[in-house]
Amino acid sequence: MSAILPPSERVWWKQPLDRVELIWIVIALVWCLIMFFMMPYWHVYGKQNLANEAFRATPAEYLKKTEAMIAQYKVREEGAEGQKVPVVAPPAGSDVYLVARLWQWYPILELESGKSYRIHLMSMDWLHGFSLQPENINVEVHPGYDHVLTVTPTSKGTYSIICNEYCGINHHTMASKLYVK
Amino acid sequence: MANATQSSNPGPDDLFDEPVPALQQLLDNPFLLLFLGIAIPTVLYIVWGVMEIVSVPIAK
Amino acid sequence: MATNRNFRTCPSSGLVFHEPAEKLMRWNAVVAVVFLLVGGLLAIGVTLTRWQAVHLLDPSLFYQVLTAHGLNMLVFWIIFFEIAVLYFASSTLLRCRLATPKMAWLGFWLMILGALMNNYSVIRGDSSVMFTSYAPMGAHPTFYLGLILFAVGALIACFVFFGTLVVARAERTYVGSVSLVTFGAITAAIIAVFTIASGAIILIPTLLWSLGLIEHIDSLMYRTIWWGFGHSSQQINVAAHVSLWYAGAAIVFGAKPMSEKVSRTAFLLYILFLQIASAHHLLADPGLTSNWKIFNTSYAMYLAVLASMVHGLTVPGSIEVAQRMKGYNNGLFEWLRKAPWGNPAFAGIFLSILIFGFLGGISGVMMGTEQLNLIIHNTIYVPGHFHATVATGTTLAFMAVTYFLIPVLFRRKIMFEPLAKYQPYLFGIGMAGVALFMMGAGTLGVPRRHWDISFAGNVFGYEFPGAAWLMMGLMGVSALVAFVGGALYLLITVGSVFLGQKIETPGFKHVGVREGVGALPAAAPDPKGAHAGIGAWGMVAPGTFVLALVFLGSFVLYYFVNWKYLSTVWPLK
Ligand code: HEM
Ligand SMILES: [Cu+2]
Ligand SMILES: [Cu+2]
Repeated sequence: MSAILPPSERVWWKQPLDRVELIWIVIALVWCLIMFFMMPYWHVYGKQNLANEAFRATPAEYLKKTEAMIAQYKVREEGAEGQKVPVVAPPAGSDVYLVARLWQWYPILELESGKSYRIHLMSMDWLHGFSLQPENINVEVHPGYDHVLTVTPTSKGTYSIICNEYCGINHHTMASKLYVK
Repeated sequence: MANATQSSNPGPDDLFDEPVPALQQLLDNPFLLLFLGIAIPTVLYIVWGVMEIVSVPIAK
Repeated sequence: MATNRNFRTCPSSGLVFHEPAEKLMRWNAVVAVVFLLVGGLLAIGVTLTRWQAVHLLDPSLFYQVLTAHGLNMLVFWIIFFEIAVLYFASSTLLRCRLATPKMAWLGFWLMILGALMNNYSVIRGDSSVMFTSYAPMGAHPTFYLGLILFAVGALIACFVFFGTLVVARAERTYVGSVSLVTFGAITAAIIAVFTIASGAIILIPTLLWSLGLIEHIDSLMYRTIWWGFGHSSQQINVAAHVSLWYAGAAIVFGAKPMSEKVSRTAFLLYILFLQIASAHHLLADPGLTSNWKIFNTSYAMYLAVLASMVHGLTVPGSIEVAQRMKGYNNGLFEWLRKAPWGNPAFAGIFLSILIFGFLGGISGVMMGTEQLNLIIHNTIYVPGHFHATVATGTTLAFMAVTYFLIPVLFRRKIMFEPLAKYQPYLFGIGMAGVALFMMGAGTLGVPRRHWDISFAGNVFGYEFPGAAWLMMGLMGVSALVAFVGGALYLLITVGSVFLGQKIETPGFKHVGVREGVGALPAAAPDPKGAHAGIGAWGMVAPGTFVLALVFLGSFVLYYFVNWKYLSTVWPLK
């Protein structure tokens, strides 16, 4: 008779539905399908998608590529005395490597507005969280997986990259800048 | 097993001659549901996911 | 077998309790509440630190306390209570003896041992790895071992539950199909088995790794399989608290499910598709394709969301029907106005439905959308979402049924009745605030699990907008209200269970039932067309339909506002 007792009819499958249930199921189903198709739709017509581009890599290899990029495109250094971090200004369209490690983003990037870059993200140790503020773009950064995002900054300014995946005791100190000219 | 007990329900059996629809029988069978509830996510989520992870190409 | 087959019929509810099962329910529920107390105390430390103006704890203590808060709340409080619910839904609702109470006790003690061991590792200070314990960040081996023992105990409890279903069928303690609430519990138990299996697949190697027996744990593999465990366990909660919504409607109103077929099919969709949505934790991860992400994160085309939307209609709908049958048939909302708002069992359930649906459900679907995830991943929006779902939806539903269980299971009167009336509102509204303001701060980019959003002394620090600080402050203030509500719950339940007035029934005797078979329930007649003459627009529950449309309107609006917002961020491909 009630939800805590066995159904009173042996065959309850054939009980007719009330109109309220029927209409709601139809409405809800339509809405669910709309939400589902929004995702593939955005892959075709939207501009913000994560590419499925990732490679397996070792930290040493990845760091080597990063150092090579820094040697080529370094423009200056920034940061407190003794903890200087290089700033690089790689050309548009190039492969840009960003290292995440305890507890630092390395190096600092200087990009041009309206140009696209292939930004690589990888961790040298634990998981980190790439969080670009105030744009609020957030991507998980793994050790061992080189994740490539093709990014086009749209407006000039000074941005921050903070870490939003808990990475140990100094997690909250892991922050960096990103310049768009 | 589930079906065997169906016919041995207590009470006036002559009232119980209407066959139980297949979908109701499915819903009345917890072990079949248990099987489905484990097999489906294992295949769609775990196996498919693990296959994608192991097929990530190695960086040049 | 010389098992104790004593049953008693509860004089106030008419429920039939198998005494060994009853004892297990009592103990599981009591232990659950103890963990809620621990987790609640830890919540104070966490909240007063994240409320940047107070900033109570130092970083290492903060991360340690946060780890312990997550585990004690999400795992230990919730799962101990769920085991009590499983035993209730099988043994009590099927009027059946519990299969193998000895095994059930073994499971219970394993869970206790595991929970204590896990807490021990966190107290040691070298395991502040959060409940997710993402490898390659490592914890002390007892951290994983504790979780594994706990999971084994819970698995045993699930098998005792399934065993009881078999016994009930074999001993014919019910006719036809099990009750809807039992069916919901079956759903929860099935999801639990998958959950625990995934947990074993990932935690056992991680344990061996922490002992130095395995070289390497892949971080992506870990996250993928771990979430098969971590998120599916949330789906156990959904199935469990939805069952309790139905139970609450039945107990408070005598409500009958609007349609067994619809409600059970909705549970079936949970069984089939709920667990795969664990993928929504991996939307911002490399190495998994969009095909996998889209299919899994959407519960196979949102079929499980459909199921939740159905439950969200049919539970209040069945209450509306019951109320209208009682004569509150005027207008759209008389049934709701005349609801027993002063009964904490009802108020708790109703707020649970409302907050779970409006705050938890909508935000969950939004952030589980592949692309939209980019703008909230790992921000404090995420804890905001799950404080609406599990910390309010599930927790409040559990709180609500305790008000029913204390007289029935513990045979004690509820103490501090006047306070009990307000408890669900204080906790529910406070927590809704906590959830909402965390979501607000997350939208502004505030990270989760973060000790210092001021980045004091950091040359590269980021200055969050004032609104983000305001949100975190408002979260703190709302939390104060929730703490009062939580403390009242603990006071009332602990007080009633240990000091409450005993409910004596003159002449009450234990009844040994013939070979473990409870009396058959009287199948109440359900004449066709019984609902004739209630409702409007040809619907039996038009008021609920209007509420459902309001829900849908908010859902659609919020969903597309976020797409609009996404479209303004930097192009990315
Ligand atoms: C008075 C009640 C509560 C308050 C004020 C509260 C507050 C908080 C706060 C401020 C955080 C930190 C978010 C962060 O920094 O990332 C948090 C985390 C968390 N809370 Fe609660 N909470 C409460 C109750 C609960 C309940 C009842 C549950 C579960 C049933 C729960 C589960 C969690 C979990 C799982 C986390 C995440 C821990 C992590 O990120 O590892 N909380 N809570
Ligand atoms: Cu980090
Ligand atoms: Cu971090």
